[in-house]
Amino acid sequence: MSSSINTANTSFVKQIPDTDSEIRSANAVITSKSSFDKPLASNIKYLPAGIFFGILLVKAEIISWFRIREMFKLESFHMYGVIGSAVAVGMLSVWLIKKFKARSVEGEAIQPEPKPMNKGVIYGGLIFGVGWAITGACPGPLFAQIGTGATVTIVTLLSAVAGTWVYGLIRNRLPH
Amino acid sequence: MLDWLKQPWPWYVAGPLIGLTVPLLLLLGNKSFGISSSLRHICAACMPSKIPFFQYDWKKEVWNLFFVSGILLGGIIAGQLLADPQPVKVSAELSTELAGYGITDYSSMVPKDIFSWETLFTARGIIMMIVGGFLVGFGTRYAGGCTSGHAIMGLSNLQLPSLIATCCFMAGGFITTWLILPWILQL
Repeated sequence: MSSSINTANTSFVKQIPDTDSEIRSANAVITSKSSFDKPLASNIKYLPAGIFFGILLVKAEIISWFRIREMFKLESFHMYGVIGSAVAVGMLSVWLIKKFKARSVEGEAIQPEPKPMNKGVIYGGLIFGVGWAITGACPGPLFAQIGTGATVTIVTLLSAVAGTWVYGLIRNRLPH
Repeated sequence: MLDWLKQPWPWYVAGPLIGLTVPLLLLLGNKSFGISSSLRHICAACMPSKIPFFQYDWKKEVWNLFFVSGILLGGIIAGQLLADPQPVKVSAELSTELAGYGITDYSSMVPKDIFSWETLFTARGIIMMIVGGFLVGFGTRYAGGCTSGHAIMGLSNLQLPSLIATCCFMAGGFITTWLILPWILQL
C-alpha cells in the first residue's frame, strides 16, 4: 500500500511503501474519527496515561543505564522480569479485549495494528539494539530521564530525532 | 506508604503495571502502544523538509505527543516527589567492572560520570550520547517500533515481526555490551 505522496520523489530510486504500523493516518484504512474532530478534548486523556507510564519507567528503574547494562551482562533478572511480566499482562489483555469484542470509551471497535514484516525489522532492530546498549535508554526512558533532571539527555533525544530524520531521508536506498 | 513508594519498585509490581498500559491505550481510544513514532511526528511537525516520509498529517497522531509529554511529566513527578535518597544499587560484578572505567557516581540512574554536560564533548560523551541517540532514533524507525511498540505491544498482539524485532534488539544489545562497549567505556 504505497502512499500517493511518495510519487514526488526521484524516479530512479525504488519507492519503499510506508508500512509504519505506528503511524495509522499515514497508511491505514482504519482511522479514529473522534481524535480528529476535537483534537484537544479527545487527546488530553493521553497526558495522564503518559504520566502513569513515566512514573513507572522511573520507579522500576527502566530509565537506569546500570539496569540495562546488568540486563545485557546477565547480572540481574530485574529487566527480564519487568519485560516478561509486562508482555504476559499485555497478551492476556489483548486476548480478553478480542474475545469480548470490547470497544473503546469512544465506542470504536478495538483493532490493534498488525506489524508488517520486512527486512527493516532485522536491520533496524540490530541498530536500535546497539543504541539501546550504549545509551541505556529506549525512546520512552529518554523523555523520563529528562524529567528526572538529567538534562543532558535532551542532547540524546535530539540526536534520536535526527536519526529518525536521516532514516526518512535515505529510506528508499535502504533494504526493506 | 510514601517511604515504600520511594524505593525502587520490584519487577513483579512494575512489570504488570507496564503491561496494563497496552489495554489502557486500546480502551481509551483504540491506540496501539508505541513511543518511537513520537520521534517521527516531531520530524513531521518541525522539519519535514519535503521528505516524503514526513509528509503526513501529524496532527492526526497528536495523541502520541500528549502521551510522551506525560512521560516527561511523570519523570518530573517521580524525580521530585518519589525520589529514592539512597544511591542506585547495582550488582557487585557491575560496580567492580565500572570502577575500572572510573565510573563511581551512583547518585543518578543516568550515570553522571558518562552522561553530563561536562562530558558531552569528550570522545566517550560524543559516542555515548550523540552517536548512541542517533542509532536509537534511526534503528527504531527502520524497525518500525521500539521496546514498547514491538517488544510489548507487538508481542502482546502475537505479531511474528515483533518477535523477530525483539530478538534483534537483544542481539544488537548483547554484541554491543560485550564486544564494543568495553572499548568505548575505556576512552
